[in-house]
Amino acid sequence: MSYLATPDPFGLYGNSIGHWIVVVVAMLLLVFVLLTAAAYTVFWERVYLGYIQNRPGPNRVGPFGLLQMAADGVKLAFKESFVPQNVDVAIYVLAPAIAVASAFLAWSVIPIGLWGDVEYWIANINIGVLLILAVTSMNAYAILLGGWSSNSKYSLLGGLRAAAQLISYEMAMGLSLVPIFMIAGSLRLVDIVDHAPHWGGFLVPMVIVAPLSFLIYLVAAVAETNRAPFDLPEAEQELVGGFLTEYSGLKFTMFYLAEYVGVLTQSTLIALLFFGGWHLWIVPPVIALALKIFVFATLYIWLRGTLPRLRYDQLMRLGWKVLLPLGIANVIVTAIVLVGVTNG
Amino acid sequence: MADDKTKKPGVVDDVAALLTGLKTTLGESFQPRVTWEYPEDKSPRSERYRGRHYLRRYENGLERCIGCELCAAACPVGCILVIAAENSEEHRVSPGERYAKVYEINMLRCIFCGYCEEACPVQAIVLGPEYELSNVSRDQFIYTKEMLLEPDPREEPLFVTTGKAPVDQVYIGNTQEPRAHVDTTEDGG
Repeated sequence: MSYLATPDPFGLYGNSIGHWIVVVVAMLLLVFVLLTAAAYTVFWERVYLGYIQNRPGPNRVGPFGLLQMAADGVKLAFKESFVPQNVDVAIYVLAPAIAVASAFLAWSVIPIGLWGDVEYWIANINIGVLLILAVTSMNAYAILLGGWSSNSKYSLLGGLRAAAQLISYEMAMGLSLVPIFMIAGSLRLVDIVDHAPHWGGFLVPMVIVAPLSFLIYLVAAVAETNRAPFDLPEAEQELVGGFLTEYSGLKFTMFYLAEYVGVLTQSTLIALLFFGGWHLWIVPPVIALALKIFVFATLYIWLRGTLPRLRYDQLMRLGWKVLLPLGIANVIVTAIVLVGVTNG
Repeated sequence: MADDKTKKPGVVDDVAALLTGLKTTLGESFQPRVTWEYPEDKSPRSERYRGRHYLRRYENGLERCIGCELCAAACPVGCILVIAAENSEEHRVSPGERYAKVYEINMLRCIFCGYCEEACPVQAIVLGPEYELSNVSRDQFIYTKEMLLEPDPREEPLFVTTGKAPVDQVYIGNTQEPRAHVDTTEDGG
């Protein structure tokens, strides 16, 4: 377990300037990888949704349509950055920035296994998961502020829904992870990942130990990223585009990017927390992790292609009356069992 | 998922319904794609499809059109212009008394109703299967006689013999030539 490379290859970590250089380079690298990954998540979503609907999806630009996202990105970037009348300009512009910032900030503590026991992270702090929960919730602020400042009723309704949805799901989400923390005894993501496979001397992913946590987290994560069937803030059919209605050009792109980085974040978190992260038999760690992220990103798309959007009251009921009690019960039962196992 | 008021569909049924849905979509994602990838992959036209017009000839090369202007009269949008001229022994274009000296169709106006085809007493004008008629300037939508006329059967085989041409045998015609309106006179054939 090490920061990027076990033997410090260039002697950079010793002095503070060298450390900063390493961190900044690591950040830039991560942003580049994330942007590319998010673009191809969009691509894969469009393709796989197409497959679900018996059509090929985008396949025109480049080989197999792989450059479609580049074309779309260029198109969006060159669109007029239109600001409607009577919007609160400062907040209207700030909202997409918050969305992107919160989406990328989560990756500051997400570790990536590369090969052997070499791992890659920006910061390895002891409250990693808490930080992720905190910054990913900031996305709701982006949606709420964007919806409010747009001076449009559709945007406002979308923003309000995002706020209500956040309150309903954030609790269940946090609670669903508590058993993981109790079992692993740490909030540090690296510890959780490395703990899971060695539990009881066997390679046991956390999902076997805490299956209910996984299910609750899965549902809450979909709600967290505002994706179908919990995409009420967007709700094309009812609210035109929800909070996105008045956004176009690069500002729209930023929200869009934030959504897909969010999908990647949640897929990665599920892989790290519940499925042993980069540990997968003899598969090289980086491939194993990428594979798991891909599987869960596909699961997201699959859910989107299958389930109709929940009604507002159904969403609230699911959050408050099902997931939250289940989460609390899960915590209590896990605590009792854990005490029994360790003491008895 | 779980419903408090109505116990009819229990939690198990709801989850089962979810899984059924997921199974269905997963199954569909492995089914063959049904898309026609249009520019490469064109769906076949019906034999009775009403696309671009053609002016037919007889097998000896004479034009069918006798310049009677019934098509222009039948046209509900008035997009057909026929100016007839007399045939003479030394200049015979069609077997009848007269022939169409000018025959123009304004494709921007045409609604492809096929009334011209029905009105024609000698089956001279027919609507073919070709439907890709887009162009870059409005001038080029005035289809002239030489664009509409099928090639001389003594030089190229007739494709419009009984009814409609198969889509791969369509004579495209020279649609790129811009052309001024009515007053250019030319001899057909």
